[in-house]
Amino acid sequence: MSAIHARFKVNYPGFSLDVDLDLPGRGVTALFGESGSGKTTCLRAIAGLERTANTYLSVNGAVWQDDARGILLPAYRRPVGYVFQEVSLFEHLNVRRNLDYGVKRVPAAERRVSLAQVVDLLGIAHLLDRKPGTLSGGECQRVSIARALAVSPAVLLMDEPLAALDAKRKGEIIPYLERLHDELEIPVIYVSHSLEEVARLADFLVLLEEGRIVASGQAVDMMTRLDQTLAHGDSASALIIATVTSHDAGYHLTCVDFPGGALMLPYHPLQIGQRVRVRIQARDVSLTLEKQTGTSILNILPATVLALSDDSPGQVIVALDAGGARMLARVTRKSVAALELIPGKAVYAQIKSVAILG
Amino acid sequence: MTDESDLAAILLTLKLATVTTVVLLLIATPIAWWLARTRSWLKAPVGAVVALPIVLPPTVLGFYLLVTMGPHGTVGQFTQAMGIGLLPFTFAGLVVGSVLYSFPFVVQPLQNAFEAIGERPLEAAATLRASPLDRFFSVALPMARPAYLTATVLGFAHTMGEFGVVLMIGGNIPYKTRVISVQIFDHVEALEYAHAHWLAAGMLLFSFLVLLTMYTLNPTGRRR
Repeated sequence: MSAIHARFKVNYPGFSLDVDLDLPGRGVTALFGESGSGKTTCLRAIAGLERTANTYLSVNGAVWQDDARGILLPAYRRPVGYVFQEVSLFEHLNVRRNLDYGVKRVPAAERRVSLAQVVDLLGIAHLLDRKPGTLSGGECQRVSIARALAVSPAVLLMDEPLAALDAKRKGEIIPYLERLHDELEIPVIYVSHSLEEVARLADFLVLLEEGRIVASGQAVDMMTRLDQTLAHGDSASALIIATVTSHDAGYHLTCVDFPGGALMLPYHPLQIGQRVRVRIQARDVSLTLEKQTGTSILNILPATVLALSDDSPGQVIVALDAGGARMLARVTRKSVAALELIPGKAVYAQIKSVAILG
Repeated sequence: MTDESDLAAILLTLKLATVTTVVLLLIATPIAWWLARTRSWLKAPVGAVVALPIVLPPTVLGFYLLVTMGPHGTVGQFTQAMGIGLLPFTFAGLVVGSVLYSFPFVVQPLQNAFEAIGERPLEAAATLRASPLDRFFSVALPMARPAYLTATVLGFAHTMGEFGVVLMIGGNIPYKTRVISVQIFDHVEALEYAHAHWLAAGMLLFSFLVLLTMYTLNPTGRRR
């Protein structure tokens, strides 16, 4: 089911963009790539802020732009919400009037999101009477997100909303983005060059490189595709969607289940039954042929080798299947030879550390 | 002391400055907006033309206005054809001259303010369903409010102080086109120094108070 179909072409000296996007109409889609890869241009073109040649764009069946037929919906007629990378609040208006700005321009019949709801969702009730100039960067971005959501957009477009913030402020905002993902039905297109953000938020992932789409697919699959750069290097990791099953207060641990087995993680105050994203870095996974006993490693899962791919000269990335979930292990070439690792081989994956994302 | 003709000159000057300022704000706003946002090659030539009155001797401006608005000039023939008659030596002619003369003092602060606002707030407004006109009135205009105060004060005060242009196209007709600066000149020529002092000192005080008000209400460096 693809709800957003877009074709954009741009040719400036030194920059070209030629993409054909098919994006899902739900969840968070990340446009991921280096700066200059064209991801922001795509986002701006969807909003109508950037003119691109030979463009076709339809959202939920409505054609917003079709240059072949001379159809062009100007930016202000497109039902989008847009969050800019840098602060874009109106400085002459207080927070409440910033939020109202968009709402009062949307016909009452098209308002599906209530102002009270977004104010609550982003935790900004105490800021309503303040001027933007008195807010911190993180607060400004929360107000910007609320303002964009308050117009009941058909799609929420976010251009690296966390890039201008330091790590601490980022950490403050991500939970709000996760709530938004869980509580609202509005599809989000999220531009980012941070693997960390993408791993935490994205359901669907589009990889852009120099104005071209390199690959696209479900985030959990994309992270572990050996033909993609994401599955290589120091940050290579697998995403696993798991369910919280229990807490071990004595040892300060949280237990989660996923199709490939059970994992024990450092304690997180989560509800039993809650779905969580777990990130397992390839460099934290080692492989053995027999199940080890007498080891300090808590998480050992049976898995099957799916494929191998060279990483750095001495190292190999191994893609594993653990009960249908995909994982990555980074091992030395010497170990591959010693263990005779080939696709189809049964192994045990020893996971040294597992991170819960949100 | 001041006599009746001094009072008439003062009233005429205030009226001229007021009308000129209103006309200026209306004309300068779209031109400043265009100058601030265009990428056209015309930006530089238009900007230069707008700034001309800063460097030109007012007599040059006045001379050409007199020629073009006169009976053989293009503007003169047009105004005659329209049934308005000729503009030189009338109040309307003074307004036209003053508007041109004070133009850069109103356009430039507005242009600077519109440039400082940048694209981002306007793009944000567009994604919040504001049409281009709506964006101008709801975002650009309020954000440029301090610049409007500056432009109004400068336009008004500068018109109050003009001499060369009004002398050229207004002549020196008492009660009709004789403004304060011309009146002062007449007093000095007639060696009525006491009269000249009253008006001159009044202008000095007025100009100082106007600028003081502007700098108090609109301190530079307040923008973050």
